[in-house]
Amino acid sequence: MQTTDISAAQQAMADESVKRLAMICWSNDLDKVWPTLILATTGAASGLEVDVFFTFWGLRVLQKNNKRFTGKNWMQKGESFVDRGGTDHLKLGKIHFAGMGTWMIRKLAKQYKVASPTELLEMALECGVRLHPCQMTMDLYGLSPEDFIDGLQPTLGAASFIDMAAKADITLFI
Amino acid sequence: MAYPQDAAVQPPALRIDALGKKCPLPIIMLAQRIGEVPIGNVIEVLADDPATKTDVPAWCGLKSHEFVGAGELAPAPGWAFRIRRSY
Repeated sequence: MQTTDISAAQQAMADESVKRLAMICWSNDLDKVWPTLILATTGAASGLEVDVFFTFWGLRVLQKNNKRFTGKNWMQKGESFVDRGGTDHLKLGKIHFAGMGTWMIRKLAKQYKVASPTELLEMALECGVRLHPCQMTMDLYGLSPEDFIDGLQPTLGAASFIDMAAKADITLFI
Repeated sequence: MAYPQDAAVQPPALRIDALGKKCPLPIIMLAQRIGEVPIGNVIEVLADDPATKTDVPAWCGLKSHEFVGAGELAPAPGWAFRIRRSY
């Protein structure tokens, strides 16, 4: 039917007109995660389809805040002990100063009403940002699905992200 | 306030108070709530983050809503941005 064809064509045009943003979050340094989440939420709020691929240390961002130890063997458990996951526990990659630097920037952010990474991650899910965990990193760290917050997309591999990035209008590696 | 004439005539259907909020919160709040006003009506955002002066018009461009204008708030430093929901 002609009407169906027109409708399908309009839908296809509408889909093409939607801009896409593909991002990689590879680090759990506070100074890298914060801008990643700000841009992801703003992108989604501005009508873009946003995908964020969390890989290597970045995967720790998606971990539940109350999950203290993860991993299946002593090395994985030890790694989780020294590099605690969850947005409440992110540390600065520089000027951490044994916790003083991170404490100060978090306190300043609260004082000046800058949204915290935890708030931004919740907003990202509310705004429809698709958060993709990396399967390889999950295996590397011995993480299981119950270690993560709810609302995540199925795990991906590198080729899936490359495909996503190839179709995106903007790709950011922060 | 220095709005265009038609915007001054039409009061906002909804006002969002984003005073004190930093980037990207005013934009997120606007995006979350613009659907609450009927199409063709105006939503107003009160903000004092200087980034909103460029962010709100940019957001309107991305989302194809009409940026009606901005007025300075007095005496507090800040702005009232008006946006007309287009669809």
